[in-house]
This record gives sequence, C-alpha cells and structure tokens, in this order.
Amino acid sequence: MKFTILRLAAASLWNRRLTVTLTAIAIGLSVALILGVEKMRRDARSAFSSTVSGTDLIVGARSGALQLMLYSVFRIGNATNNVSWASYQRYADDRRVRWSVPLSLGDSHRGFRVLGTSAEYFEHYRYGQRFPLRFAEGGPFSATREAVLGSAVAKELGYTLGADLVFAHGAGDVVLETHDEYPMRAVGILAPTGTPVDRTVHVSLESITLIHIDMEVPDEQSSKNRFQRLIKRAVADRDLTPKSITAFMLGTRSKLDIFRLQRDINRDRNEPLLAALPGVALQELWDLLGVAETVLRLVAAMVVLTGLLGMTTLILSTLEMRRREMAVLRAVGARPLHITGLFVFESALLGIAGVVFGLVMLYAATLLAQPLAATTLGLHLPVEAPRQGDLVILAAIVAAAAAAGLIPAWRAYRSALADGLTIKI
Amino acid sequence: MSAEPASGGDEPLLSARDVRFRWPGAEQDLLSIDTFSLAYGERLFLHGSSGSGKSSLLALLGGVARPREGEIRLLGKPLQALRQKQADRLRADHIGFVFQLFNLVPYLGALQNVMLPCSFSTRRREQLQAEGVSVEAEARRLLERLELADEPLLQRAVTDLSIGQQQRVAVARALIGAPELLIADEPTSALDEGTRERFLELLFGECDVRGTAVLLVSHDVRVGALFDRRLALSDLNMARTA
Repeated sequence: MKFTILRLAAASLWNRRLTVTLTAIAIGLSVALILGVEKMRRDARSAFSSTVSGTDLIVGARSGALQLMLYSVFRIGNATNNVSWASYQRYADDRRVRWSVPLSLGDSHRGFRVLGTSAEYFEHYRYGQRFPLRFAEGGPFSATREAVLGSAVAKELGYTLGADLVFAHGAGDVVLETHDEYPMRAVGILAPTGTPVDRTVHVSLESITLIHIDMEVPDEQSSKNRFQRLIKRAVADRDLTPKSITAFMLGTRSKLDIFRLQRDINRDRNEPLLAALPGVALQELWDLLGVAETVLRLVAAMVVLTGLLGMTTLILSTLEMRRREMAVLRAVGARPLHITGLFVFESALLGIAGVVFGLVMLYAATLLAQPLAATTLGLHLPVEAPRQGDLVILAAIVAAAAAAGLIPAWRAYRSALADGLTIKI
Repeated sequence: MSAEPASGGDEPLLSARDVRFRWPGAEQDLLSIDTFSLAYGERLFLHGSSGSGKSSLLALLGGVARPREGEIRLLGKPLQALRQKQADRLRADHIGFVFQLFNLVPYLGALQNVMLPCSFSTRRREQLQAEGVSVEAEARRLLERLELADEPLLQRAVTDLSIGQQQRVAVARALIGAPELLIADEPTSALDEGTRERFLELLFGECDVRGTAVLLVSHDVRVGALFDRRLALSDLNMARTA
C-alpha cells in the first residue's frame, strides 16, 4: 500500500518532469552551495594545517603571529621587516635548538615565489602528517645559481632539470626589474605536496645575495655602472653571506623548551623579534575566518530554504488542478492519509532528486575549480565521498523537503475531505 | 435479463432510512430521505438534475460524508457507525465509481488505472487470486470486453484517449475485482448519442457477468429506459432545495 503511494508519487512527478527537474535543479544548486561551503572550509583548514608540521617556532620581525605565518609559510603578503643574520645565527646556535632553517623571500619567477633558504630546508621541512619533502628528480642545490623547483612550477612552466630561470624583483605580476645577469639552473624538482611548496622556487641564500648585489650599486651611467658591477661581483664571489633574512623556522631538542625559547626570542634586546607557534597562529586564523564562515553557512542555509520554498510553491500551485485527481483516488479507495502521503512522498522524492543533482553539481564544480584553486590559492580540492557531517546535512534537507510537503498535503487532505467524490466548483 | 442476486437474504445491498444531511456550515438540510433501498444485482436509474442533492447522496453512499440523522447500510453494515478508515475500506472493497468526466489518474496508463483499485482493496485482490487470475490479466480482459484491447491504445497517455474510451477505462476500473455495486454519476453525459447506447450495453454486459448492481444517476431520462427500476431524486428527497 505504501509502495502504491510511492509509485503514484513517482509517476506523478515523472508526468511533470520539466517543472520537476527545474525545481530539483534549484534545490540541487542550494545543496551544492551548502556542501561547497563546508568543503571549502574543511579543505582550506586542512591545507593550512598540513602546510607546516614538525616546526616548533617560526621567527620573524615583530608584527603579528598570523601575519608572520602567512608571509613566511603560506607566501601570502609580504614581510614588513627583516631579521638580521646575526640574530638568526645566535638562535641557530642556541643549545636548545635542534635545527633551524632560514627563509628569505621577495623575488619571483614568472609569478612563482622564490625562496632563499639552506639545504637543511629539504631535510627538516615537514608537511601533512609529518611527511618529509621528496625529490621527483635531481636533488638539493649545492652551489649558488642552482635552483630546486616545486612540482607545480616545473609542471606549469614545462621545466625539466637543467632549465634556466631568471628571477624578478618583487612578487607582483608587473615585473619592474629582472635579475637577468644571473640565471639559475634547475637541479632538482620536488614531488607534489599539495602545499605552497609546490609553487615555490628554492635557491640558496647566497644566490639571493648574488642577484641583489647590483641593486646596491647606485644607478649611474651604464659604462661606469658595468665597471662597478664587475668590481662588486669580484668582491661578492668571496662572501655572499646575507645581511638579513625574512624569517626562520626552528625545531627544538625538547618540547619543554619551546615556550622558554619563544619567550627569550620575543624579549630579544638586540632586535624586535617575534616567535610564533604555528598551531596558535593558525587558531588565530580560524577565529578570524570563523565569522566569514558563519555568514557563508547562513547564506547557504537561506538558499536551501529558498529552494524548498520554491518546491512547496510549485506543489501548492498545482493543487487546484489536482483536486479531480484526488477525488478519483478517493473513489478507488485511497484514504485521506494516502492523499497526504502522496504529497509528502512527492516532496521527499523531489528533495532526494535535489540532493543527487546537488552532489553531481558539487563534484563537477570541484573538478572544474581544482586547477584554479591550485594555481591561485595553492589549495588542493580533493573529490571525495561526502563526509558524515555532509550526510547529516543531506538527510536534513530531504527531511525538510518531506516536511515542506506537509503544507500542500494538509490542504489536499482538507479538500479531499470536503470534496468527497465529486469536486464542488 | 438481470442475473441472480449474489447473496444477502432479506437484507438489500444498500439501504437508507430517515436520512437527514447537510454539508458542514449549511443552514438547512440538503437531503431528507425517508426510505431507499437497492437489491443485489438490481439496476436502478435515479433521475436528478444538478442541484437536486445528487453529489451529496453519492458522498453519503460512498461513505465519505456522514448523515446528520438516520441510517445508511451497505452489505448490512451501518456506514454512519464506521470509522472513516473502515468506511474508506468498505467503499474500496465493494463499490466501483464512474463519474461524468476526468475519471482517470492522468499520469497513469490505461492499464495502471484499471489495476489501481486492487492496490487499495485487499478484498478485490483476493477475489482475483481466488479465481486464479492476475490483476493485470483481469485488467486486460476487462479492457478487451469493453472494446479497448488495442495495445497501442493502452500505451498512450490516458489524457490522449477520447472521452468515450476514457469512460470505458473507468468502467473497467470500477469493475475489477468484482465489487457488488457500481455507482455511475452522469457517465454518459459527455458522450454523443451513438456511443451512449453502446457504452451502456457494454457496461450492463460486464455487470451481468458478476451480478453487479448498478446505480446510475443522470439528468437524462432517455438513459433510464434500460433499467429495472426508475426513481426521481426529487421524489426521494423530501428536503426543499433551492
């Protein structure tokens, strides 16, 4: 009997498939939106969280912890101040410090950031579940003018080992100055990590110093300039130790030392420094994004509500035309409860169709957005089965659709009772 | 020419006594019937113009409305004493309805329309089971008897069928599973002269097979010629209706 009503509901929907499909798509869009918002939130969090693991402290010039994290690890924005080499040396040699990796940013290659660092970077940097970096090809740089490419850099620019790269000053799209006297040679390509590392060109600190020597020379007449450059270069060949770096990462010998060390760095008398715990800085980010996320979720919920209202309107609008059908069903033995069930089933089926459409749209959108999210945000958007939280949302939408069906169902029930077997017009 | 009454002894198939009825909110009674009865297998023509309380009477006999006073019995069961659910079941099991127009569920095919009552009525289903025929086979047989055997016709949307064809599908649906009573409300009014005769012939022919009683309500007196008994609703109904 229940099955009869379900079959009737399906046949009735099929009979009106055009309007029904459009309505289901409207619900589907809202489903895709609400799941998409959840997915972005989750993927962004996991991407940020997995970008740096195993690093105890990140140290930069005094600013905000979040800002420091953003520019040093995620390559978003720029540092306002640098850290002197002397300070770095002092903490690198601290007995509590097990390893340290300097970071020097500020140049770019065809839109990809250039990171000056030491070879230890490849040894100590960890991402995700403490995965180390792996080389797909070649190995770390061992001399100046050698570069290690992130996987996306190599892939998108079509570079293989031995390729020459010319760096530009600054990270913007408009390149004002290029360091074309010193092309870098690709000696290694990293395996993909799904983090900003993929979109980074790694060189030694010395290489960074080298390409910036020219810029310290006052820009005069070209011949004189060239002569001075040669002198500078001769000098530079002997000592390319940087005067300053952007930031550095630290690993401690014992977790117990982290807070003491952080306090010491923050109270450094020689230079205003900031040591940030990556986890705490990320928490700051989540707090910041929390409001935006709530707003997005609210908007998505409103869109779902709009979709369901549209569905209810559709069903209500056909109610008058269907009074005859209801009377016929009553005459062949349908009880008022069956009539109610018919509308609830129709709404629930529409809800289910909407959910299916929504999932299809979400996956299609994810596939389409994948390359864009990777290039512009460095965000990896995996196509994956709905999580438990998603399933709860989907079930709630179907339940809400069925509940919305109660409105026309109630009216149909009332008119079925009042009409009897013949409709009074 | 009528078949033997199916069962029942002295008790008629359908009877009404001292029935008073008005729709909720109405000022005065719409129906006031002192006595009315229909025997098993009987063919009764009820003549009534619109506004004579026809719809109300059908609602009462079908058990979808309750009299204010009095008693209506179907197969010995007092309809007014039944719960709505029981009344619905009694109707589904024992009465087939045919209306003037739009008898069919628009999104089901002709065959599905005919089979539909068996989804709601266990008794009709069991009746066919006892006879050893499937619901679909019986539906096809009935459609064939009513000259609708043509397969492409059955595949078409019921809304594309002619009125005459739709009315015959409705008769097949009313009769599937052998209910004791067929109630037809102006079933021929939308048909033209030629098809009207043929329609009634087919309807009676199939009702005779099982001894199904027929209660036909119409404003058209000519239709009444083929019936055992003729009654005017205005004679039956004592209520002064406007």
